Amino acid sequence: MEYTWDFKVILDSFPLLLRGLVVTIELWILAFAIGLSLGFAVSLARVSSRGWLNAPAIGYVEIFRNTPVLVQLIWFYYAFPIVLGAQLSPFTAAALSLTLNTSAYCAEIFRGGIVSIARGQWEGAKAIGMTRAMTMRRVILPQVLKRMLPAFTNRGIELAKVTSLASLLAVNELMYQGRLLSSTYYRPLEILTVVALVYFVLIYPGSYLSARLERRLAARD
Amino acid sequence: MSDTVIRIRNLHKRFGDLHVVKGVDLEVKRGERIAIIGASGSGKSTILRCLNFMEMPSDGTIELDGKLLGTEGRANDGGAARTYSESELCEVRTRVGMVFQQFNLFPHMTVLENVMEGLITVKRTPKGAARSRATEQLAKVGLQDKLHAYPGKLSGGQQQRVAIARALAMDPEVLLFDEPTSSLDPELVGEVLRVIHALAEEGRTMLLVTHELGFAYHFADRVVFIADGIVYETGTADDVLKHPTKERTQAFLARFTERAF
Ligand SMILES: Nc1ncnc2c1ncn2[C@@H]1O[C@H](COP(=O)(O)OP(=O)(O)OP(=O)(O)O)[C@@H](O)[C@H]1O
Ligand SMILES: [Mg+2]
Repeated sequence: MEYTWDFKVILDSFPLLLRGLVVTIELWILAFAIGLSLGFAVSLARVSSRGWLNAPAIGYVEIFRNTPVLVQLIWFYYAFPIVLGAQLSPFTAAALSLTLNTSAYCAEIFRGGIVSIARGQWEGAKAIGMTRAMTMRRVILPQVLKRMLPAFTNRGIELAKVTSLASLLAVNELMYQGRLLSSTYYRPLEILTVVALVYFVLIYPGSYLSARLERRLAARD
Repeated sequence: MSDTVIRIRNLHKRFGDLHVVKGVDLEVKRGERIAIIGASGSGKSTILRCLNFMEMPSDGTIELDGKLLGTEGRANDGGAARTYSESELCEVRTRVGMVFQQFNLFPHMTVLENVMEGLITVKRTPKGAARSRATEQLAKVGLQDKLHAYPGKLSGGQQQRVAIARALAMDPEVLLFDEPTSSLDPELVGEVLRVIHALAEEGRTMLLVTHELGFAYHFADRVVFIADGIVYETGTADDVLKHPTKERTQAFLARFTERAF
């Protein structure tokens, strides 16, 4: 194969890629932070014995987990505004759908963690006069977070990857900039390789830490 | 203040169709030590657990220090269960402490933190005061050198002593023990019983469900024999354990061959 690598094009496009990276990170942090909190709220409804709380929570979780993320993204950009009666910016639509998607997965992780904590923990706290809310905050959640840390990190990694789908709504994140630049310069090999590398550098530390953590937790019990 | 700490009237508990406690009346005097004995499945734990509302009574009333707990329930399901607010129940539970067979310590907290937890979150005690009170209680159960250990690193006997210190820290008027030594290796039973015995010497009001009849004999002012969810026979330790008058009590006691008392 005769191919001369053009490294100058990488330098030239770097500022734009960097700007794209910033948008990717914004999308990631936003969707992960809100998705985690919302997921916790949904998991509370999910473990509730009240049907009117439980049933909608199950529906919510199952819908988001059993449809493609891409479909969700496009639905929130093109279809949801019709329901809403107002246009959403690409970033808002992407952030919204990724947040809700993440919350559905996190709800399941939280729920799994909560039900895995033995009933005795609730009873031990109850017997010294702690309310349900206190018990959740001080006794159950810390144990769930620790036990489910690998699952949450995996979710974070997955989310970092799927933010790239937002490029299809023309959100100017890393992938979008990469595609734009590669067609501007006609240099897809250089630019898309760099894009892949940047994603790798962004995600790999998380994977590495998660794997180490998983081993440490496994060794402890 | 009245002489009676707890008065139970006509206590019933149903789990669905299963009628487990079938009309129990019991009065607990201040400073009294009551041992509850009976066959497996007779409802001992359930009765005890109704006293601090780990289980909600299906019917009947419980008075604490002369005050009737809860309010009359809406008789929507034909039952006569009273309704209790969460705040009332939490308050009652700080006054009626419980020690479980399985300890139920918080594994992510150190021994000291386990004992401080109720003081800080429920009683809103300042940290420094909570720490010194918790340390005191742990010294009392002989664990002053384990303050910073995690429960998982302790023996069963030590864990149960932490659980006792955790209950004591709340300064309860009544302490409930549900078979506190049943899950322990035989050689660890003694250290826990000694702690319970020391509490008895202090004049604490205690109810103890146990299969250790020898200990019950020395511990209890009064023994309550439960059969089929009712108080079948009750009296002093001598009355019930040595000279039972009723048939099922005699049959139950006959199964314990070594009478260690
Ligand atoms: N949460 C519950 N749901 C349904 N049934 C229950 C529940 N708790 C207890 N029971 C039933 O109630 C009956 C009495 O149980 P309880 O635990 O009070 O007996 P016990 O006298 O303490 O027995 P043991 O000596 O074995 O501890 C048993 O048949 C038990 O299966
Ligand atoms: Mg029992």
